[in-house]
Amino acid sequence: MAEFFQQVVAGLATGSIFAALALALVLIHRATGVINFAQGEMAMFTTYIAWTLIENHGVNEWLAFGLTLVIAFGLGLGLQRVVIRPIERAPLLTTVIVTIGLVLIFNGLASLIWSAEVRAFPSPFPNDTWEIGGVAISQQDVGTFLTVLVLVALLWAFFQFTKVGLALRASALNPDASRLVGVRVGWMLAIGWGLAAMLGAAAGMLTAPTVFLDPNMMQAVLIYAFAAAVLGGIDSPFGAVAGGLMLGVGLNLIGTYIDFVGAGLRLPVALLIILVVLLVKPSGLFGKPITRRV
Amino acid sequence: MALLELRDVAARYGPVRALDGVSLAVDQGQIVAVLGANGAGKTTTLRSISGTVRRSGQLLFDGKPLGRRGPEAIARLGVAHVPEGRGTFAELSVEENLRLGAYVRRGGSIDGDVARVSEYFPWIGSRLGQHAGTLSGGEQQMLALARALMSHPRMLLLDEPSLGLAPLVTREIFRIVSELNEKEGLTVLVVEQNAAIALEVASYAYVLEVGKVAVSGPSAELARNETVRKSYLGY
Repeated sequence: MAEFFQQVVAGLATGSIFAALALALVLIHRATGVINFAQGEMAMFTTYIAWTLIENHGVNEWLAFGLTLVIAFGLGLGLQRVVIRPIERAPLLTTVIVTIGLVLIFNGLASLIWSAEVRAFPSPFPNDTWEIGGVAISQQDVGTFLTVLVLVALLWAFFQFTKVGLALRASALNPDASRLVGVRVGWMLAIGWGLAAMLGAAAGMLTAPTVFLDPNMMQAVLIYAFAAAVLGGIDSPFGAVAGGLMLGVGLNLIGTYIDFVGAGLRLPVALLIILVVLLVKPSGLFGKPITRRV
Repeated sequence: MALLELRDVAARYGPVRALDGVSLAVDQGQIVAVLGANGAGKTTTLRSISGTVRRSGQLLFDGKPLGRRGPEAIARLGVAHVPEGRGTFAELSVEENLRLGAYVRRGGSIDGDVARVSEYFPWIGSRLGQHAGTLSGGEQQMLALARALMSHPRMLLLDEPSLGLAPLVTREIFRIVSELNEKEGLTVLVVEQNAAIALEVASYAYVLEVGKVAVSGPSAELARNETVRKSYLGY
């Protein structure tokens, strides 16, 4: 029983990272219908920026975390304005290919600037455990989970209670009507990219302490995040978070109790989930069925 | 000087010419109607003003040229366009729709304005939390009007407010529009298929035919003129 609870807590921690990155994917998909394949590499790149702040400039870990979120927001916003906006009217496939191009650019840039060497990334949480009734709970896991929870709650409040948040939602739901009430929809899309990059940066910085920092570290995480987003419903922010947590816990339990799955088969299981959900219920667990008016 | 003036405005959707040199003027505090059959260019006239279609010719609002401005900028000048199909946000609540109406306005109390529009639409106050998509057609049209009022517009562009509504509801909406005009001096340009009711509230009207102004004049004169009524207005 103790092992079960330990695995659930550890699963919630990794799941919250999937959730953050899945939420980033959903934010952009809802607003523009585009899957940003570069979301993971952008997260990796900003994590390197955090590493530079901490290691080369002696910035405190939490301050570096906050600064990196701000820098990531600027990066996402700038990318949308400079790279994505000019192809706004192009076919969807063009945009998708451009985001794949961004994957290669960010990966190459990171290797160029920081070399492909694997580096340790400091965690803001102590590497200790709490013993509660015979269950050892890692403080790193609890810290990761709570950090994502706070970020998601803040983001939700921003969307729900602020004027810009309302305009962001309106732009995603009905861009034409939003323009008629004076919302600058183009800028709202850029802000959406900024927020997504911020979530990605958080996911990257929470991933790096356990898997170490290298230019390929977010590639597997991105696939888990896809699986989480598809499972929850690619247009449902709530679904992305729920899907991430379910996937994190589920994969951990399967890895522990089903012998042949082990660590090596975790990724194929995630891909299998994507496949099965798309075949059986393409709108995901919490998404609305997709209807197109012709 | 007219608040809104169009001189020789043309617009096209791809190869289809929708407007072929329309000129019209709306004075401050006036209700003006644009009438005509389906496809005459009524909706396109409004869209050319709010910048949601590409157009050429001269468009002046309060002396400022509109030609190079997009819909966001034109909304910020104080032109509130209630489009065909109403353009309400079905997935958002009534209150959120109203807040979006106040988006371009700086300062002032949003709650105060919600109270103000509730005087015209008393049901709104008690249903702020309801999703707009669950409202009836008439209520959605009223919500679209209320949302437009939230911005304190200098001019209201109203596209077929009667579309799909029962005659009594249509009458109620036009009653509110003329009340707004009398009490607040709101300037309105309304596009309508139902010529009879539009001519009752408007002081001046233009009749469009295949992208051009066929006839125009004071509403009372158009309504009296049997030839105009029979050939263009269909009643």
